This record gives sequence, C-alpha cells and structure tokens, in this order.
Amino acid sequence: MTMTKVELETFVEGTTHYFQTAANQAASVGSPYLVNEGLPNIQEYTGVITIAGKRKGVVYFTASRPMLTVLLMRLGETDMTHENMCDLVGEVANQISGNARRDFGNQFMISVPRVVAGSQGEHVTPPNTRSFVIPINWRSHSAQLVVCLD
Amino acid sequence: MNAVAPLKLMIVDDSNIMRRKIERSHQCSRLNFVGSAGNGKQAVELFRRTEPDVVTMDITMPEMDGIECVEQLVAMKPEVLILVISALADKATAIEAMKRGANGFLCKPFTDRQLTDALDELLRGAGS
Repeated sequence: MTMTKVELETFVEGTTHYFQTAANQAASVGSPYLVNEGLPNIQEYTGVITIAGKRKGVVYFTASRPMLTVLLMRLGETDMTHENMCDLVGEVANQISGNARRDFGNQFMISVPRVVAGSQGEHVTPPNTRSFVIPINWRSHSAQLVVCLD
Repeated sequence: MNAVAPLKLMIVDDSNIMRRKIERSHQCSRLNFVGSAGNGKQAVELFRRTEPDVVTMDITMPEMDGIECVEQLVAMKPEVLILVISALADKATAIEAMKRGANGFLCKPFTDRQLTDALDELLRGAGS
C-alpha cells in the first residue's frame, strides 16, 4: 500500500503549523523528492518519531544550528545551548506526532519523539526503504521533513 | 480596599523551552509563578511543597505522564485548576484529561495571546 497524499500533508501541516504559530512567521514548502537509494541526509539536529500500526517507519524533522538559533530567538529564548537546540527539534517532532494522532487516530501507533544530535554516523531511516524528502524553507534557512513509511 | 492575593502558578512540561515560554507569557495575568517541573513525579513533589492554585500540564513526559499527574494533583487538592497544554490534539486525549480532573485544554503550539486567553477562561470558570 503506497503512502497517500493526505498522509503526507498531515506531516507537512504539523511542521508548517509550528513555524506559523510558535514563531509567528510562515515557512514555505519546497518541491518534495524521493530518495530511492542510500539514506537521506540529516542536519545537525533531528527530531524523530517512529510509527507502527497501519504503516511502519519513521518521520523526522532535521535542521541546522543556525536555523534553530533564529527560531529560538523568535520564540523569545536567549539561551542557545545544545540542550535547547535538542529541545526545539523535539518540540517540532512532537507537533508532527500530535497532528498525526489527531488525523489518523489509532491506525497509527506513534512513539515519543527522540532527538539525534550530529549529522554523522547515525542512520535514522531503516535500510532498503524509500524516503520522501520535503524541504521546509524558513527565512534564509532550509530544513527537511523526511517521511519514510512502508 | 481588599487586597486579593495572586494565585500561585506551577508549570509542568518536559521541554525547557516550553516552561520558559509559559513563564514569560503568563506575566500579564493574575498569577504568581512558584515553580516548574520537568515530569510528573517532580510535579507531585513540587505541588506538595508549594501548593499552587493553578497548574499548566504537559501530557507526554518521562517518569510520569500528565494524565496520571493530573489525577494525583486533584486527589491532593480537588479545587486546583489545571490547564493541559499538549501537542496531542486528538479529542480522546482531551477527554481523558478532563475525566481525570483537568479544567481546560490548549493545543501546542500556541501564541502568547492564546495562552493568556486560556488561563483567563480557566480563572473565570472558577469564579476567581
């Protein structure tokens, strides 16, 4: 069973809603693309949710430190520590998770978000799977929403 | 003139950013911040010490989640006002929190105005 457009939109909306409401500044969505071979890139900070049930796999939001720094400033935060960067991508992932629970109910079992720091050596997506990568552009920065579900 | 003591506010959320945002946002309301906790177990301990009147409560937290924590706080002080603030926007979560004794529900993410309105509505509902 292939992933539906509606399912993808739920994850995208969860992400863009965070920027619109928390930062009071809309993000734009770039052209999605499919990664058929190899693993999609991750940036310095990544918030990951794992999904089971009707679909299995992971959804993650990955962003650079400069982008998260500006986002923290928009939230009124002055503390730009590593802990707060992790906290922030976790909150975005939490928002994506909340949207998915609202729209899909108990068809999807969704984990508590986990945070991956560092862009090297971590395989977030399962091997031999295809991933949709959706660029999330905000101000001069670009993050990625990656949806990897069977 | 009767001086009315401000109500005491406790913030419970596992996100440091969220705790600080709520702490900053509430400052225009009639609440006096008494402390914050990062999970349900810490919240129960802090609640015993500070006896707050109003609590903002996250749902998804380590150690003890917000639903169980609501139940424990209400058992200790039935008149406490609890505003659940969660990214879990599904109706089932909100209904479960209300069944355990929460008084209001606000979805994350939220604007400062939405938080102030939600707290004001909570206090109006209690006749404060």
